[in-house]
Amino acid sequence: MASLIPLLSTKNVKRHFGGLKAVDGIDFALYEGEIRAIIGPNGAGKTTFVSLLSGRTEVSEGTITFAGEDVTRLPAYKRVQRGIAYTFQITNIYPTKTAAENVRIAVESRAARLRDARFDRDTATRAALEAVGLADRKEALAGELAYGHQRLLEVAMGLALQPKLLILDEPTQGLSDPEIENFLALVRQIAKSATVLLIEHNMHVVMSLADRISVLTRGTLLAEGTPEEIRDNPDVQAAYLGA
Amino acid sequence: MGLGPYLLLATLEGLVQAAVLCITAAGLSLVFGVMRVVNVAHGEFVMLGAVIAWYAASLLTGHPALGFVVALIISPLIVGAIAALSERLILKRLDYNPEATIVATIGLLYIIQQSVLILYGPDARPVDPPFYYTIRLPWFGYSAYKLFVIGAAILIMGLIWFVLQKTRAGLIMRATQFDRETAQAFGIPVDKVSAYVFALGAGLAAIAGILVVPIQQAHYLMGTDPLLLSFIVVIIGGLGSMSGTVVAAILIGLSDGILSMMFSPTLAKMVSTLLVALVLVFRPNGLFGKAAR
Amino acid sequence: MTASAFRKNLTLTLLVLAALLLLQFVLPEYYVLMATRMMVLAVFTVGFNALLGYVGLLSLGHAMFFACGLYAAGLSVYHFGFSLPAAFGVSLIASAALSLVIGAITLRTIRVSFMIVTLMFAQVGYLAVLYFAEWTNGQEGLSLPASARQMALGPWTLNIADAVTRYNIALVLLAASLGLLLFYLKGTRGRVATAIRDNEGRTEMLGFNVFAAKLEMFVLSGTLSGAAGAAYGLLFGYLGATFASFQYSIEALLFTLLGGAGTLLGPLIGVVLMVAMIDKLSELTSAYFLVIGVILIVLILWFPKGILGTIRERWAPWLL
Repeated sequence: MASLIPLLSTKNVKRHFGGLKAVDGIDFALYEGEIRAIIGPNGAGKTTFVSLLSGRTEVSEGTITFAGEDVTRLPAYKRVQRGIAYTFQITNIYPTKTAAENVRIAVESRAARLRDARFDRDTATRAALEAVGLADRKEALAGELAYGHQRLLEVAMGLALQPKLLILDEPTQGLSDPEIENFLALVRQIAKSATVLLIEHNMHVVMSLADRISVLTRGTLLAEGTPEEIRDNPDVQAAYLGA
Repeated sequence: MGLGPYLLLATLEGLVQAAVLCITAAGLSLVFGVMRVVNVAHGEFVMLGAVIAWYAASLLTGHPALGFVVALIISPLIVGAIAALSERLILKRLDYNPEATIVATIGLLYIIQQSVLILYGPDARPVDPPFYYTIRLPWFGYSAYKLFVIGAAILIMGLIWFVLQKTRAGLIMRATQFDRETAQAFGIPVDKVSAYVFALGAGLAAIAGILVVPIQQAHYLMGTDPLLLSFIVVIIGGLGSMSGTVVAAILIGLSDGILSMMFSPTLAKMVSTLLVALVLVFRPNGLFGKAAR
Repeated sequence: MTASAFRKNLTLTLLVLAALLLLQFVLPEYYVLMATRMMVLAVFTVGFNALLGYVGLLSLGHAMFFACGLYAAGLSVYHFGFSLPAAFGVSLIASAALSLVIGAITLRTIRVSFMIVTLMFAQVGYLAVLYFAEWTNGQEGLSLPASARQMALGPWTLNIADAVTRYNIALVLLAASLGLLLFYLKGTRGRVATAIRDNEGRTEMLGFNVFAAKLEMFVLSGTLSGAAGAAYGLLFGYLGATFASFQYSIEALLFTLLGGAGTLLGPLIGVVLMVAMIDKLSELTSAYFLVIGVILIVLILWFPKGILGTIRERWAPWLL
């Protein structure tokens, strides 16, 4: 892998809120086609870190490169247009619009980039809903969907963008066990066409999905490796148990 | 009159305006700080204070000081009661939603202003100051009442500071301002605090109205200028910050007084409103405020 | 929006416009004048509602755009002898330019700050009308001479002071503004606008330039308001500072809330009801603003969706 150019890399990125160093100098590289999990104790800076990647938060220092382009100063919406999609930790949908309409807005974003007259928006909307198994709920108001379905809708919106990189912020939070198993299958499906970066607390999800894992503590990168390497790493154990 | 005395006069006039503005803006700032409500009807409370002072003065014949003192006591109480009532009946039901409360207080503005028009009429009516005394300076005479207004403002601002910093009520208000939900979790009756704060803010406006009426006359449309000026002061001083409000009131009062003597008042108002709008856009924490928290 | 919902909205709008077209043959003269006023104010309110109802931005300063159109058109006729179409064109350019500048500045703020900042800019506009009294004649205002309100149209003379003529001009303007908004909302831009209204953060993270989309709607809204102002000034021949005052901004808000924010025909309904009511009230009292205050509070407390908004919620979800 070392011979490849990473899809996304960061160099010494920092984000300070007043005296709080939420992210304090992270060098990070993510390769095309992998599923990467970011784990770490609460307050390790995971959400801040991916917010820096997606552009929702500005970096205090350092650079971010995506697909060979320096995106450090690009506003969030332009990064989405370049192919970084972000699904929110707290479900963030259009509650008064139908499920189909929610996805359709994401489809419009993709259509605006494609500029291809043959692109069929209705088909793309249906495809994204089918991918997450919500096709039969497409006319339901998003706000009235069950919580698990809202999480899936959130993922469908990310998928409809057909991103190069899909960032999932705690996607299984609040899901039941059978829902989680479905979700695992879904992410594996997504990973065939996109690189996936997920923040996750559920170790079962992390261990069964991730090709590699990055561990954050106190705003820095503590360790990185395969699930087995991370499981056996004494520093990681200390960070989790000693925290 | 030479330039020196002329500037002295302008400064004194500016300080009088700053004094009244300070009290009015303190009320607006308190309500915004604690309740997060932008009260567009605040200027009408100033007007109500002034109109009630006129009624007090005209009903109580005898020495003008009598009416003035009575007004000082009853006017904040009546205005505070009206404010508390509208807080209970309207703002509370809107759950203090910021946009909805602005629309509602615009409604309140019209209701108060037009009710006064019906009951009190369209005329501007003068009220005698509680005492006539002119301080003879070498260049001009100056009304001692105006100096009294400055003194009263210093006293009232001191009182506000004392209440906010040294009393339990002040602690409760500051806690609510800092974090509404946590305050509630600690057993502070946030809901009641809002009613009292809204009444207190209105009461302060009423006092400003009483102080200003011997200088300015009572009129049903007199609320507009204090409203705009105290908006300006609260924005420049940093929304919800009391010390910023005082500094800004002095700054605005002085510069407005001096500018109005040099330029047309309309132009002065125009430029200052424009500058303040730009401050709110580009420095939302006020000119003296800290960076975003 | 589905194709069938669009057809229903289009049909409904056309029916309303057709009814307005026929109305001029049955209404007595006084009511023709009043209906003309209503339609022009409805254009203003449609502009205001484009911003409040479809991107969720509550401006408290739309009188500045109305007055901008009014004075741009009126003053270019009064001082420079512009022809009526030229004056109307000037007003469109002026209000589009003003709303572009004001929008670019005020859209840096959100929610309450946005309301206050738009209010303050409008106040500056009002003061400017008073300050440049040499041109505007301040509070007292200007009346356009009758000769300036005519134009040659081939062999005929078009006199816009004529009651029937100006009724139909107002109707055309209303039809144009409703049509413009309807087609705007039908497309991707309309979809993005309502997405911003419902969830701004999400829309940005779907790759849309939220600021640009808001600014676009702001300019559309300001220009429609300006067009209404220009029509008001030219059709009724009077330019006064009141049109720039806070009260006019509030009226647009009141009409919109009453008819239903975010509905195409709500502004028209709100204007018709309120203007008719104010007309009756002002025969009784000079303090009719008291009633406006009460209605504002009643609407915001118990009826925040307005007439058409409530109908949409209960019976007709396809209403745009």
